Amino acid sequence: MSFIPNTGAERAEMLKAIGVSSVEELFSDIPAHLRIKGLDLPEGISEIEALDTVDSLAERNVQTKKMDWFLGAGAYYGYIPAVVPALAGRGEFLTAYTPYQPEVSQGTLQAIFEYQSMAAKLLGMSVVNASHYDGATALAEAVLMAWKARDDRPRILLPADLHPEYTQVIETYCTSFGIEFVQYEGAPEAASFDEKTAAIVIAYPGFSGEVYPIRKAADRAHEAGALCIVQADPVMCALMKSPGEQGADIVSAEGQSLGNPLNFGGPYLGIMGTTEALVRRMPGRIVGETKDKNGKRGFVLTLSTREQHIRREKAVSNICSNQGLSMLQACIYLATLGKQGLKEVARQSYDKAHYAAELIDRIEGYRVRNSQFFREFLVETPKPAAQIVKTLSRMGIMPGLALSRYYPERANELLVCVTEMNTRAQIERLAAALKEASK
Amino acid sequence: MNTINMRDEPLVYELSRAGRTGSSLPRSDVPEYAVPGELVREELDLPELDELTLVRHFTRLSQKNFSIDTEFYPLGSCTMKYNPKVNEVAASNPGWKNLHPLVGDENAQGALELMWRLQEGLREVGGFAAASLQPAAGAHGELSGVLMIRAALRARGDEGRKKMLIPDSAHGTNPASCTMAGFETQTIPSGPDGNIDMTALKAALDDTVAGIMITNPNTLGLFERNIEEICRLVHEAGGYVYGDGANMNALAGVFKPGSSGIDVMHFNLHKTFSTPHGGGGPGAGMVAANTSLAPFLPGPIVVKDGDAYRLAMPPKSIGRVKAFYGNFGVLVRAYMYLLMMGADGLRSVAENAVLNANYLKSLVEDVYPVPYKRRCMHEFVAKGTVAEGVHTLDIAKRLIDYGFHPPTIYFPLIVQEALMIEPTETESKETLDLYADALRKIAAEAATQPELLHEAPHDAPVARLDEVMAARCPILCYRG
Repeated sequence: MSFIPNTGAERAEMLKAIGVSSVEELFSDIPAHLRIKGLDLPEGISEIEALDTVDSLAERNVQTKKMDWFLGAGAYYGYIPAVVPALAGRGEFLTAYTPYQPEVSQGTLQAIFEYQSMAAKLLGMSVVNASHYDGATALAEAVLMAWKARDDRPRILLPADLHPEYTQVIETYCTSFGIEFVQYEGAPEAASFDEKTAAIVIAYPGFSGEVYPIRKAADRAHEAGALCIVQADPVMCALMKSPGEQGADIVSAEGQSLGNPLNFGGPYLGIMGTTEALVRRMPGRIVGETKDKNGKRGFVLTLSTREQHIRREKAVSNICSNQGLSMLQACIYLATLGKQGLKEVARQSYDKAHYAAELIDRIEGYRVRNSQFFREFLVETPKPAAQIVKTLSRMGIMPGLALSRYYPERANELLVCVTEMNTRAQIERLAAALKEASK
Repeated sequence: MNTINMRDEPLVYELSRAGRTGSSLPRSDVPEYAVPGELVREELDLPELDELTLVRHFTRLSQKNFSIDTEFYPLGSCTMKYNPKVNEVAASNPGWKNLHPLVGDENAQGALELMWRLQEGLREVGGFAAASLQPAAGAHGELSGVLMIRAALRARGDEGRKKMLIPDSAHGTNPASCTMAGFETQTIPSGPDGNIDMTALKAALDDTVAGIMITNPNTLGLFERNIEEICRLVHEAGGYVYGDGANMNALAGVFKPGSSGIDVMHFNLHKTFSTPHGGGGPGAGMVAANTSLAPFLPGPIVVKDGDAYRLAMPPKSIGRVKAFYGNFGVLVRAYMYLLMMGADGLRSVAENAVLNANYLKSLVEDVYPVPYKRRCMHEFVAKGTVAEGVHTLDIAKRLIDYGFHPPTIYFPLIVQEALMIEPTETESKETLDLYADALRKIAAEAATQPELLHEAPHDAPVARLDEVMAARCPILCYRG
């Protein structure tokens, strides 16, 4: 299967038109000794055979839907209404390029504008861009943006309670610059701000699920002349105050849980939003509303003097391809659920998580560590959490993340996540199984 | 005539009516818990739509796009080839969609095996020692690659090398990636044949050089004939060679970049390996390296132990460049493509991509001047200088009226009034003939009825938009 329409006769005709006798001649600029005869790969196979191969690999993975699922930790099992993939998968969206020619890209451009609007209102920001690769890279770029906006200040305050993979991505992105990272524990307002602090990063919620209110820390940051960056859970923002309402200057978020499947970690959706004051420092594509010469409303990519294709080495970031389709899924998801639907998802996740925490906290040997949380909480376990995960997995329950995956010394901690997908019966089975496993 | 939807479509907020909803959840079966007072959100300004209104809205929006599925879309350097439908079917298997990234290696053996096979397959295509599937896009692969160079210089105590050489025909992402990795860039001019000017290159090579970034074929669609010598000179000067694989569609199965001396390179799986562009992404920018830089690859990568697969960090890895393991859903599609193509198919892709580009060039070059008189690879650059007072932008917009997506325009920067045309191998001869016809007709119109071009497009949902106003008084969010 090659998807190539040219027939032998057509190839001959085309070569004649070009004025060469063989295709090989077209490659004559490549030094002869560097031209290879062929690749050491199998020959191509049919659609049926390829699909069989890939489907059989897909069967060899554990699936959320086949278990009682309580594992989150940065990737969430939520319901995706059927209209989301049905509409986002339309060929006209799927097979279009970045909308550089606005007259024939109004579909993509308007969808981005609608996404920007809904995401900005959800996060309480003035503007949201058209996406980053994922939540971790959005946060890393937010850190770089803040550091450059306060270029006489070398220090960034980072929470200890941040997804460890996000911390690692920030380290990779910032490795070439003299940024001084200072880690703080617990409430962000207790971090030490000074004249060297460019920004504080607040995880809302933290990796442990703990929700730290932002307002006081944002005020303290601003008093010290620093910026406030918030890494937010966008679903939580339907129920709890948005980062923008609490004084955030830059917000980054992982938008996977807004209508994107788990997909073994990607493609996900990096969300970034900011204030009007900082918009010209924000990386990423941005769509703006304008008019055509007849006064008709239309949408275009705008503020592109920030970007690499215009500014080259002076651009605010190198980002070019982003996560357009994941953004479109989020756009359709937000429009489908709307005001009531998203609140209901957040509300059910909250209630079910709190019900689960209540049951688990009552079991001897287990203790819930959080004082306030949304849909994820940290449990102290009587036995190594990795062992409990293994035992419960065999019973068809994925109880959460054993923290030892990232922190070997924290063997007896389990991060449990409950979403709208979990039923009361599943939660009660989880509690019963945890009790059994402690014996 | 276009098939594009000309009707105005309101915004989702304008379609919203209080009390409507497009979703439902099971009734909650647990008690309600209070949210701490200081955290309760009062207002949530999201639209309210029923499902049918929503379906029509997004369907109509989709119809306002040109796409590969509906029109010829010959954007240079973007490789807008057909995206096989079966790839979408393969990627939507619940075994992928419902696979959580933190289940542990033993519970994701199918996914890890797919990644390993793709890693190994692409390694062979590029002629490299090792590969990482982590980067999410081409520019992300570039950043990974230049960070690897930085790390390698650091490891050998050569941190003083801060200068990265960039040909003047390079994509803007190249210099921007260098800045993000803390390098300074120096532009190397192209010579009269469109290749890197060797004299200028030699003059730039000193002990501050960290390396060079080369796109091959370059953005003029021309093969860098001196590639081996360039690599040798840069290596002798103590630098590394980065290969930008954006244009690999011209070379798969014909030439292995790794064997010409390139140290590290990214592949755009959303170009060469047929995964859809999605209106901007997601892509996948796998990065591969020879033995000198392989230890620095971003991780984790997949390692095979006997019959089992596991994730591991390369020994001197630059670290993670994103959470989890790359744009996995894109990798599934690319692997499907690799399987269906195989060795013979990939070679045929390169041959037909280059054949189609040269054929299309031969049909228009007497009217649209081609600045470099050479055989092109998968794309060619021509000039829109067909009549006084007419610009490339006018030609591009007029193509829309003929039902074609314009090519890339005003790039590369070194060609005035550039039209950069990449037909790809999945287009038929009839389509190329029709496109050439349209270009020739437009050139004729430019001479006789230039206003037709200046006013174009005539047949699109909107006329040319006021981009200056958009940037001066930005409206970036619905203000209802």
